[in-house]
Amino acid sequence: MKLYEMTALELSRLLGKKEVSAVEVTQSFLERTGSVEPQVQAYITQTPEIALAAAEMVDKQRARGEALSPLAGVPLAVKDNICTGGVRTTCASRFMEEYIPPTDATVVMKARRAGMPLLGKTNLDEFAMGSSTENSAFFPTRNPWDLQRVPGGSSGGSAAAVAAGMAPLALGTDTGGSVRQPAAFCGLVGLRPTYGRVSRAGLVPLASSLDQAGPLALTTADAALLLSLIAGEDRLDPTSSAAPVDDYTGALSQGVRGLKVGLLAEHLPPEFDSEIIAAVRRAAAALEKNGAIVEEHAMPHISSSLEVYYLLCAAEASSNLGRFDGLRYGRSESAENVTAMYSRARGEGFGPEVKRRILLGTAVLRESRYERYFLQAQRVRALIRRDFEDAFSRFDLLLGAVTPSTAFKLGEKIEDPLAIYRGDICILPGPLAGVPSIALPAGTVSGGLPVGVQLTAAPFNERVLFRAAHLLEQERGGRPLRPQPAPPAL
Amino acid sequence: MEYEAVIGLEIHVELQTDSKIFCGCSTAFGAEPNTNCCPGCLGLPGTLPLLNRRAVEYGVLAALALNCQVQEKSIFARKNYFYPDLPKAYQISQDDYPLARGGYLEIDLPEGSRRINLQRAHLEEEAGKLVHAGDSIMSAAYSLVDYNRAGVPLLEIVTEPEITSGREARLFLEELRRLLRYTGVSDVKMEEGSLRCDANLSLRPAGSSELGTRTEVKNLNSFRAVEQALNYEAERQARILAGGGEVIQATCHWDDSCKATVVMRMKEGAADYRYFPEPDLPPLLLERSYIEALKEKLPELPRQKRQRLRERYGLDDEEAAIIADTREMADFFECAAESYQDHRNLANWVQGDLIYQLREAGKEIEQISPALLVELLEMLDRGEINRPVAKELLEEMVKSGASPRRLVKKRGLGKISGTEELAPLVEQVITENPEAAENYRRGKKKALAFLVGKVMALTRGRADPQELNRLFKEKL
Ligand SMILES: [Zn+2]
Repeated sequence: MKLYEMTALELSRLLGKKEVSAVEVTQSFLERTGSVEPQVQAYITQTPEIALAAAEMVDKQRARGEALSPLAGVPLAVKDNICTGGVRTTCASRFMEEYIPPTDATVVMKARRAGMPLLGKTNLDEFAMGSSTENSAFFPTRNPWDLQRVPGGSSGGSAAAVAAGMAPLALGTDTGGSVRQPAAFCGLVGLRPTYGRVSRAGLVPLASSLDQAGPLALTTADAALLLSLIAGEDRLDPTSSAAPVDDYTGALSQGVRGLKVGLLAEHLPPEFDSEIIAAVRRAAAALEKNGAIVEEHAMPHISSSLEVYYLLCAAEASSNLGRFDGLRYGRSESAENVTAMYSRARGEGFGPEVKRRILLGTAVLRESRYERYFLQAQRVRALIRRDFEDAFSRFDLLLGAVTPSTAFKLGEKIEDPLAIYRGDICILPGPLAGVPSIALPAGTVSGGLPVGVQLTAAPFNERVLFRAAHLLEQERGGRPLRPQPAPPAL
Repeated sequence: MEYEAVIGLEIHVELQTDSKIFCGCSTAFGAEPNTNCCPGCLGLPGTLPLLNRRAVEYGVLAALALNCQVQEKSIFARKNYFYPDLPKAYQISQDDYPLARGGYLEIDLPEGSRRINLQRAHLEEEAGKLVHAGDSIMSAAYSLVDYNRAGVPLLEIVTEPEITSGREARLFLEELRRLLRYTGVSDVKMEEGSLRCDANLSLRPAGSSELGTRTEVKNLNSFRAVEQALNYEAERQARILAGGGEVIQATCHWDDSCKATVVMRMKEGAADYRYFPEPDLPPLLLERSYIEALKEKLPELPRQKRQRLRERYGLDDEEAAIIADTREMADFFECAAESYQDHRNLANWVQGDLIYQLREAGKEIEQISPALLVELLEMLDRGEINRPVAKELLEEMVKSGASPRRLVKKRGLGKISGTEELAPLVEQVITENPEAAENYRRGKKKALAFLVGKVMALTRGRADPQELNRLFKEKL
């Protein structure tokens, strides 16, 4: 097996035994990237020099016998809305095309300190607004399973990079499913941690009350390794939680015996792809077979998640994106007066989806509409949160779908944003309640595309997610799901 | 028809913390433009606000001093608008859930004291500063922006609309400044912008309870400007109403050189700040015990201080007001009063000559030792020096901090008494002023004062006038 075909855990073991060097590992991913990136286009910026320098450092440290993180020498791709000091962070926006942050986001800083070579910055929907990575201002990313299809989004570049063997692990951000949906489309494990579990410091915000960074990985063990590294309280993020970080890797093998699992009826409507419904039911059966107690469960308010999410997300985004005025950084335009200067910089710097959400958010927050839309959405959000609290008073886990269909074709839905929004129905309720969810591959369907299922747990109970997800992974054979055939080299 | 003014004030006070409210940057004045800045207060993407505990403490102290109900839970909110001095395009402020509600401040008027009620007090962040190469941001060739002030903590205090005149507004602000200086949370300098005031004013028929259309008055940069602008605006509105016209809701700008308010913009497209709860900051939760502990830390406030000065030292209203103007002044007085029993006399010297000399020397009261003033007054009381000399010594004492007793010794400023020293001078004056001497002999009593005055002039006031009277009478 080539190094770039290995999981992070396999690489970690080889590195630990000094059977390979970090430089060799990094080289392998760089070479792989050289051959498949032209078709997949996962990266906005590649940073081979930075990666190799970090790898050399790790090799030296290991040679000196220093204690190293299990992820030392395991390369990482980072979504391009997560700040990397000294490396441009574009958010896939024309506005930020040349922006170089002064410092690392906390998650990046933790990864770099652990000795993870930074391979590059991955493509996304502009400012993480979208579900297909087609809203990138630069280029769309292609799904390594079928280059005519989207990788999902907004963390589509991160997902495609891992699925195509261009990185063993990647960081994405999940505001309303942006880690889990591309994970499902690309056959990966994607984890959205509990709100507050991972620092938001250095994430270019979309919606501050919803944003969380999370791992995109080939296996549950890999996701657990990366979460263990990035989780924890951060002095730089007042919304980060002081709750102690659990042993996620240790939870993997603990099985599901006795766990109570709610099967979400709302995630299995007839309009969903029948093969997806079947995959969810298969997962339920597998859990049951291994000693879990599965019952169907209804959550009355989560059907309103779509409206609530888009109102609140747009409201917060409209405010968060106000700072992009072209004065201190980003696209700067001169004009006859300050208003014209703002209009020109923002008018030319932002793409249509960004403008659409800024307009929606601005409208929702207007004094005359605040009560009817924003406050009403907050009230329904509270009801959704209560639905989850009720569910977790009865269940340890909730099981459902990730997406209503497998990856769609490029351009297929670009003219119909509402259709794309509707596709997010299974992944929106969790963020509104702040609960952790994991998307994991459940095999492929007749078209040869991967399909995912989703598990959700109570806040800060990521451990139980790993227990169940790992078990389902074992049931499937325990190996990562890889595109067959691999994307053609040029 | 008789109209009465209804005035509400919105006051911004910069809290005197070492660092900004949401980052660690210094709040020091006078630094090079854009040097007290960091990614946070420049609004770089990915930065998050980190609340400065000291700013909260100062806000709570001020609110407690103003008798507000400090809230155990308050919520920060974003006030969204675009302006180059606002790095994030929103100001972190508080809206529906302010730090403190209610409260009041009592002001002393000649006709008695009056309580002005407050609506609320809340925390927010300061904006940066713009410098235009021209009149305004729209017409300037270019504008420069300095973010050093961006993020300095502010406390916004809003009164109920129950102030009735420009003078009351000024007295309110003066008492507010005094109170805040006592608590030490701000240096409250209107000239430097650490205390700012906007006002709104409407008129209504005297005795009526309905509210008229109000105008907002801005650019009030001094206490005098507040008084003048509000009086002007009240008269302007009264003229409009008397002429059968209608006051239009607008924002006015006080032009201090023309002494007039200028209508800046009509209020029709009133700004909509799209407030919503700040998702980057959890609610601010304050324990009752924390609030109570801060209440314990409050110093005696000006009003209580004035009352105590009156009761304990027998000062009158005016004396008490002047002595209690600052905590430092009152401390000085009380410290001196411990060892000097004639409190009225002490108050007289402090509020008169001492304050004058401090101003002349550009010094602060805390640079002067109360013991020195006591020493000076005791020398005067014992007749070792006379009044003019005492004043001279006070000036020197304030300038150099030297002991008056030592000054007297060094310069020979003690009183000249005793026949031995004075007799030759008396002789000299009689010889030089034969006419006056003759007049006195003829019974003109006034002539004696003239002669004594001459000796006083010769001795630069140091001769003992009683002794002189006796000597002249004997001689003539
Ligand atoms: Zn700063």
